[in-house]
Amino acid sequence: MKHWRGLVGIVLILLIWQLLVSIENLPPYLLPSPGLVLHTMLTHWQILLTQTWPTALESIAGLLLAVGIGMFSALIFIYFPPARNWLLPSLVISQALPTFAIAPLLVVWLGYGLASKIVTVMIILFFPVTTAFYDGLSRIDEGWLDLAQTMQATRFTALRYIALPAALPALASGLRLAAVGAPLGAVIGEWVGASQGLGYLMLNANARLQIDMMFAALIWLVALALILFFTVDWGMRWVLSKR
Amino acid sequence: MIKSNDAPGIILSNASLRFQHKLLFENLSFELPSHSITCLLGPSGVGKTTLLRMLAGLPLFGRGQDKLQAFPHRRTSLTAPSPPTPPPQAGEGSEDMNLFFINEFCHATITTSDGIPLTDRVTYMGQTDLLLPWLSVLDNVMLGSYLRSQQCDIQTKARALHILESVGLDAEIHHKPTTLSGGMKQRVALARTLMEEKPVVLMDEPFSALDAITRYDMQTLAAEKLAGKTVLLITHDPWEALRLGHQIIVLRGQPAQLSNSIIPPELPPRDITHATLLPLQKLLLNELNMVARNEI
Ligand SMILES: Nc1ncnc2c1ncn2[C@@H]1O[C@H](COP(=O)(O)OP(=O)(O)O)[C@@H](O)[C@H]1O
Ligand SMILES: [Mg+2]
Repeated sequence: MKHWRGLVGIVLILLIWQLLVSIENLPPYLLPSPGLVLHTMLTHWQILLTQTWPTALESIAGLLLAVGIGMFSALIFIYFPPARNWLLPSLVISQALPTFAIAPLLVVWLGYGLASKIVTVMIILFFPVTTAFYDGLSRIDEGWLDLAQTMQATRFTALRYIALPAALPALASGLRLAAVGAPLGAVIGEWVGASQGLGYLMLNANARLQIDMMFAALIWLVALALILFFTVDWGMRWVLSKR
Repeated sequence: MIKSNDAPGIILSNASLRFQHKLLFENLSFELPSHSITCLLGPSGVGKTTLLRMLAGLPLFGRGQDKLQAFPHRRTSLTAPSPPTPPPQAGEGSEDMNLFFINEFCHATITTSDGIPLTDRVTYMGQTDLLLPWLSVLDNVMLGSYLRSQQCDIQTKARALHILESVGLDAEIHHKPTTLSGGMKQRVALARTLMEEKPVVLMDEPFSALDAITRYDMQTLAAEKLAGKTVLLITHDPWEALRLGHQIIVLRGQPAQLSNSIIPPELPPRDITHATLLPLQKLLLNELNMVARNEI
């Protein structure tokens, strides 16, 4: 096992955290001990679970939307370079806009429900997916294209049998990053206005100085991000082995 | 009756090409006799690959940023607004190729002996094997069928298997290319080339990455498999040329000029230690040495 060092590192940090809280006698509303956080997680698991579903749903829906739109725009850019010249500047600007600034607008336009969060997630994630896929498609070995040309390939078959499989590893790394970012986007969406979700739970806990609950929700959020990451990672491995 | 898959003779005439400050060819003419292997030697940078790409109809000035957008990049058949030199008697089956850029231009006329255009009758084998690492050996060999959206039926597969068997790879058909040795990969590339069943084969230093013994075996195999086709084989190895070429030409200078062709006796693959080849060896090395010492 190569991971034991990482585990030891985590355990050490938890120990130092626990020691700090005990020695300095910090009150739980400033910094709860790891033990208390664990206790909260176990006693309030039902609340945590029910608040995780909306966040998970927003993350997954936003991620899927981002992947679809991102891959589609990369293909458009490859096949219609004028589209890239027209659209790329706007896309870059849209990425430079702080998410926190647009999230409230999305709530105004799309309401308190899931839609505004899904769109927030989508806006954050689709550009990284687009660039990863586009880079993969355009960095193809030209020798393969020469070969394809002498074999009378069409644009479509050259894409299907050469460019697309060749771009998959690049797309996979874009998707892994996107998977980790998805819950973050959902929580930002929930912070600016929601009636459910882990972000909503955190905001409430924070207002009531329930820092232990805050940490518990954070841990669930991290777990959600990790689950998404490993699912996407595993899925892409499978796709790569089947291409 | 003329069949389009009968190997034609090819004449490239009045080829002129400039890359920025470099006039690579000026009114170069060049013949590939039908059913025979022409070996082309010459110092690197003289324009051998460029000449091959002209014949293959591949882009000469790069694909640019939008690689797939520019795809497929067919040989353009345009008539020049005012060609640099009057084209030769452009009969049936001759294709004029004219591409003009600011500092770059290319002009050439390609004529085939059977009057049928060369387009789609060539197959190409490069210096690297160009195998797709995610496909099995068998699928790599059938790549052409996939790219042309042809049905990969039992017959196609049987033919691929037969070709793979004939190059000695029947045990590796389901392997991925990364698990194969350099020599095996190049044999897969040869099998893929043969699978195309094209009458004209253009090869750009196909065996240069192989070790001496593997290369020797590949040469023997290639000579056997390519018999009857019209072949252009670029090589930097004079002994390879003497083993395989029905005709040997040296390209040199700038703009590039062709040497007189050397026609070794007997049929390839020859035994290069054979006494009749010794004077030719000397002649060829002489030509190449002159190239190296710039005495042309
Ligand atoms: N797309 C290009 N743009 C500019 N110069 C090029 C291009 N392709 C080849 N050249 C130049 O043309 C010359 C001949 O190249 P090449 O045909 O590859 O030579 P060889 O195969 O004989 O080694 C080289 O000097 C190379 O730098
Ligand atoms: Mg070359």
